[in-house]
Amino acid sequence: MKRIYKLKKGLDFALEGKAEPVLTEAPASAVYGVRPPDFPGIVPRLAVKAGDKVKAGDTLFVDKRTERVAVVSPVSGAVKDIVRGERRKILAIEIEADAEQEYRTFDVAGIAGAASEEVVRLLRESGLFALFRQRPYDVVPAPENKPKAVFISAFSKMPLAADFTFVAEGREDDFKAGVRLLARVAPVHVGISPRQVNTALLPIPEASVSIFDGPNPSGNVGVQISHVAPVNKGETVWTVAPEVVCFIGEFARTGRVRLRRRVAVAGSRVASPRYVSATMGARVADIIGDNLKPADTHTRIIDGNPLVGSPTQPEAYISAQATELCAIPEGDDRHELFGWIMPRLGDFSASRSYFSWLLGKKRRYDLDCRVKGGERHMIMSGEYDRVLPMDIYGEYLIKAIITGDIDRQEALGIYEVAPEDFAVAEFVCSSKLELQRIVREGLDVLMKENA
Amino acid sequence: MIKETLDKIRPHFEKGGKLSALRSVFEGMETFLLVPATTSRSGCSIHDAIDSKRIMSFVVIALLPALLTGMYNIGYQNYAAAGAEGTFVEMFLYGLAVMMPKIVVSYLVGLGIEFFVAQKKNEEIQEGYLVSGLLIPMIVPVGCPLWMLALAVAFSVIFVKEIYGGTGMNIFNPALAARAFLFFAYPGKMSGESVWVADGKLFGLGNSLPDGFTMATPLGEAAAGQTVPMDFSFVSGLMPGSIGETSVVAIAIGAAILLWTRIASWKIMSSVFVGGALVGFLFNISGLETPTAQMPWYEHLMLGGFCFGAVFMATDPVTSARTEGGKYIYGFLIGALAIAIRVLNPGFPEGMMLAILFMNMFAPLIDYCFVQRNIGRRAKRAQTK
Repeated sequence: MKRIYKLKKGLDFALEGKAEPVLTEAPASAVYGVRPPDFPGIVPRLAVKAGDKVKAGDTLFVDKRTERVAVVSPVSGAVKDIVRGERRKILAIEIEADAEQEYRTFDVAGIAGAASEEVVRLLRESGLFALFRQRPYDVVPAPENKPKAVFISAFSKMPLAADFTFVAEGREDDFKAGVRLLARVAPVHVGISPRQVNTALLPIPEASVSIFDGPNPSGNVGVQISHVAPVNKGETVWTVAPEVVCFIGEFARTGRVRLRRRVAVAGSRVASPRYVSATMGARVADIIGDNLKPADTHTRIIDGNPLVGSPTQPEAYISAQATELCAIPEGDDRHELFGWIMPRLGDFSASRSYFSWLLGKKRRYDLDCRVKGGERHMIMSGEYDRVLPMDIYGEYLIKAIITGDIDRQEALGIYEVAPEDFAVAEFVCSSKLELQRIVREGLDVLMKENA
Repeated sequence: MIKETLDKIRPHFEKGGKLSALRSVFEGMETFLLVPATTSRSGCSIHDAIDSKRIMSFVVIALLPALLTGMYNIGYQNYAAAGAEGTFVEMFLYGLAVMMPKIVVSYLVGLGIEFFVAQKKNEEIQEGYLVSGLLIPMIVPVGCPLWMLALAVAFSVIFVKEIYGGTGMNIFNPALAARAFLFFAYPGKMSGESVWVADGKLFGLGNSLPDGFTMATPLGEAAAGQTVPMDFSFVSGLMPGSIGETSVVAIAIGAAILLWTRIASWKIMSSVFVGGALVGFLFNISGLETPTAQMPWYEHLMLGGFCFGAVFMATDPVTSARTEGGKYIYGFLIGALAIAIRVLNPGFPEGMMLAILFMNMFAPLIDYCFVQRNIGRRAKRAQTK
């Protein structure tokens, strides 16, 4: 019996350049990069040095604190360089890929019937565990904490986000196998959208499946957790991206870690928006190829979707969790006259002081990256509540984080949220507060305090 | 082209430039002319087109009908009091001439202080005063002298807003605080019978009125013990009163704009009226014999600053309750208190100002209860597990 959750709060709008369900293969990159900052909560201790030979699946670094969570190489080749930033912080481990890929093979015979500890050990050593997240704090889980449950959201409502139904096409069995394996560790909850009900992703008898019907951010796993089984103080749940579940299923079948997935290349600056099959850590330029529209003005490439992703560069490597790369106008060279009173028909706004509400939900907007206003104190009330489908007073939580009142943050439910849950609120905020940064910093401080 | 001009003169205003003391003014003008081309550095790459400038501009737009009617009413009252004939245009222009100096003084003093503070704190100018600066001249009687207005504006911007940290941090509505300041510091010029009609000639318009001319507002009459019959002017606004608050029709247009754009909360606005109507009705049937108690509840809602306060003051998002449930209680209590003050205290013919300021003070407490419920629910959930 599937439960249906109808969510009213949130905001949907369409951007130009949504990826069409067409697939191309990215050419092999000469160099791949694994970025430790993609694994929040992990302090890297290197297991390799420049010049070492690695196979795909070999450990690159482990978490210094536990020495038990490994991050592995997505390709086989030679470690080319360790890129360091300020205070010798490791920014990326670059691997020069071999022409012929070799895989480290893990002994997965009997994994289907293995005990919880054995499954977690294999996931830790294969590097797949480092792709998990936990609530609270939205960081890589501490493996010794047994989770109350594992949550997987099989869809995203973010603008331009990759459609998991298409991403998983042909890999549905791996997805189900991945869920089955996770169910050996803890009860698994899968959230799907109403459109996924009749797809090959179902049935999944080992998991409890819930349907979430509502606008963005109903696809956020945090929103789904808060409706199914909210995180209380002292509890831990793990969240796993659905693509990672496919990796797990394939790993259980073959014993190999193959981190190749379909990445959506989307946005108004992309000539033909589509999906590209690419390996984790590939160069952004290799994935996008010559698919960018020529433009007179600056273009921003985003690692992830325009609400949650971060700006990146063509020469950078795609981040470990990215399901899409987007290219939209930067807008820093656009100078608009009297914006505060003009009708601005091309711009989207949830506010009815603009006319987007007249132009229909189907209209696709070409938005740029301007903030379009100065930062102010929080003035309007109820803005966040309208787009935050959780039992949380968003404004009060944000204020508690800004003032650094940890007891109050706890009381207001900071353990239940991740920065991405505030993405839509940040979009609509008329005071232009950087909510996701505020929440991330709040979680970091709290984690230090509680450690 | 504007961009080029701005780029050319910008160096003068930057640190070390010869006009660096006017940096905040320059930035204010720049963002007024051009949408800032700053792009996001963290979090969302794209943002909603809304910003506080847009919001404040729409509140100003919503105020315009009441302001224009108020101007006409100034002329109308003057001509009617003098018994003179005047055309619509003459009356309006007279009102405009009376009103403009007030608006200019209010903005000059208020924005001057805001620019100064922004400069000192090295911050951007905050738009909040665009609204307060127009509200203040609209809620004082027409006979209020300019120097008093300037004093009230300075008091309210400095002591009610800036010392708390600026727009968004204040507890009390700055416009109402300015009015309250005048009300208690110069009661003779804020109520009574001699301040409601503009006097004297301006640019050849208007009429001088005889010394000692008096004209009371309907609420003033009721408070003085007279029975006030229902009149069409209660709706049209052609009656003596504070400049912006007399015309129900004009205020209703403003209310429609604010509600449609969702800048004002319909929960607050409607519950103010519900609270006022209910308490007015209770007094009607209470058996109290005073004229204010016997004034029908719907007249109470139409007279004085009730409508204006409900639409433009009670709904100020900064000083009202922020929780959705709290908004009902906050609004209801404002309406109820306003009528109760009017009826029970003949010293204050107008209760709206005090009711809103009083509830401004209690809004955080109302919110506290609602937030505490959420906190309690979360704590309980953790225990029962």
